[in-house]
Amino acid sequence: MKSRWLDRPGSLRRVTVAAVVALALVVAAQLVVPVYGHFAPEAWFGFAAAYGFLACVGMVLVARLMGLLLKRPDDYYGGSDDA
Amino acid sequence: MPEFIVPPAIVMLLGALLLALARPGLRPVIALATPLATLYAVWQVADGIQLTAPFLGYELQLVEGDALRRLFATVFSLMAFGGALFALRQARWQELAAAMAYAAGAIGVSFAGDLIVMFVFWELMALFSTVVIWCGGTEGARRAGIRYAILHLLGGIVLKIGIEGVMMHTGSIEIRALTLAGFDTWMILAGVLLNAAAPPVSAWIADAYPESSPAGGVFLSAFTTKTAVLALILLFPGTQLLVWVGLWMVFYGILYALLENDLRRILAYSIVNQVGFMVVGVGIGTEMALNGAAAHAFTHIFYKGLLFMSAGAVLHQTGRRKCSELGGLYRSMPLTTACAIVGALSISAFPLTSGFVSKSMISAGAAGEHLQVLYFLLMAASAGVFLHAGIKFPWFVFFQKDSGLRPADPPLNMRLAMVLLAALCILIGVFPGTLYALLPYPVAYVPYTGAHVLSQLQLLLFAGLAFFLMLPLMRRTPTVTLDFDWFWRVALLRVARALLAAGEAMRGAAARTLAAASAWLSLRFGALFGTGGVFSRSWAIGTTALWLALLLTVYVLLHYL
Repeated sequence: MKSRWLDRPGSLRRVTVAAVVALALVVAAQLVVPVYGHFAPEAWFGFAAAYGFLACVGMVLVARLMGLLLKRPDDYYGGSDDA
Repeated sequence: MPEFIVPPAIVMLLGALLLALARPGLRPVIALATPLATLYAVWQVADGIQLTAPFLGYELQLVEGDALRRLFATVFSLMAFGGALFALRQARWQELAAAMAYAAGAIGVSFAGDLIVMFVFWELMALFSTVVIWCGGTEGARRAGIRYAILHLLGGIVLKIGIEGVMMHTGSIEIRALTLAGFDTWMILAGVLLNAAAPPVSAWIADAYPESSPAGGVFLSAFTTKTAVLALILLFPGTQLLVWVGLWMVFYGILYALLENDLRRILAYSIVNQVGFMVVGVGIGTEMALNGAAAHAFTHIFYKGLLFMSAGAVLHQTGRRKCSELGGLYRSMPLTTACAIVGALSISAFPLTSGFVSKSMISAGAAGEHLQVLYFLLMAASAGVFLHAGIKFPWFVFFQKDSGLRPADPPLNMRLAMVLLAALCILIGVFPGTLYALLPYPVAYVPYTGAHVLSQLQLLLFAGLAFFLMLPLMRRTPTVTLDFDWFWRVALLRVARALLAAGEAMRGAAARTLAAASAWLSLRFGALFGTGGVFSRSWAIGTTALWLALLLTVYVLLHYL
């Protein structure tokens, strides 16, 4: 198996840097391209970024809480199916 | 009088039959030619009622055409082709034939002009989708298939009760927009929503679909839920309840997928999530929103099929389906990785992919009705889609840790099928006009504006940031997550067992009481009639006479009182 670019030392660092630059760029671009949506808050600077981030944090936490209540081992239904 | 046309569903059904009868060498040809012939037949269906047949005093409308119906039948035919290509060399012919018959059901529903025809093809889908699940071939598939069949046949009965009620009370079997005014229409809605995997019966999808074969999942992901969406558009447009049902499905799909470890179950939950968007669109009910629901169903079938193909390819090559057992596969499966990423970007509605041009129409529909809360909830859900399907699926399977597995990309036909669907996802994203031209209502919507692209990119990229920052909280655990099906898979079973035990106990107690009573009786009888008992003793004449006199006295006294 030939080595993949991503496996080479330093590649992961480069990807991370690129990702951070991309994040900064899409927010900064709002200075050039005006964002207007259907409702007022969408025009706020960085609104979609903040909203997307917070919504995801919220959903992960809710899922985590649900997991505490609702998660069962893989074989949970295994024994109970045969009457 | 319309000229004679061949019902597209019949073309597909004949293909399924031929597939079963043909020599093995001919089967691949038939499997690929049938969906294409069906597609041709689909586009021969003009607007209006095209074919009728008398049945029980009704004039059945076997084929009725309009833009919406052709749109769904087109994507069903195309997906049958893609699925057949993917399954060509790996699936057994029984599975291929069943999948074709299943697709025939979906296409039959698409063109059904009345409720009776719709019901018949609806049940055809239920039957053959069950066969496709059983073709998974494992004990788990057998059991899940039985659970699936029970639920869907039950749903079919509910639908049938509703249809018969409407027939009796209105005298019409026409498919038209209904209002939730009485028992009949509620039953129809319940029957249709069951197939859409709406609450509380969403669990069947994550229970049954992941048990199918690698190719089976591709077919299953396309037909049942999307025909339900079509039925909702035809029967219940603008029904406000559907907005709430859809919202529930959207967030249910995200949260359950976040908790899931099995990669095809993640995709199954994400079907519920995506169908939720469509159901919201139907609930809003404006032309924009209905267009959005139809367009989203169209694009969804391709990218979800693509995602199921890449998951199927991984399963086919490694035999594994758990995130916790996979990872790092990009090294040896570059093409599968690329196709999975295209599917993942499409489902997340990244600009230049098909999801971007369809999902936003539903949001625009919400905005058009000034439903601000709904609009922002859908926006949050869009970020959540990227979270649970867009990143989670490719990340855990193809990147994450190095699982040490080095499977190659799958065989040629599977690769071709994936490339075909990936190309469609991108083509629709780049040239949305082709899709918009097929929609039922004229489209004035422009997806690519600087503002829309930029805010969508912000939303998604920062959702991605949240994913990687929260990664420690997302560690996969080998668990299942309880759902409403717990009530019938566990609670109902426990109640049944408790009732059985109670019955057993009561039977025991009754038997013991009976035994004790009969022992007591035989003792008493023995005392009365046995040797020396009151009735077997010999009595002196005098005593007898005395008793007789006493009885006569009592009798006379009673007589005069």
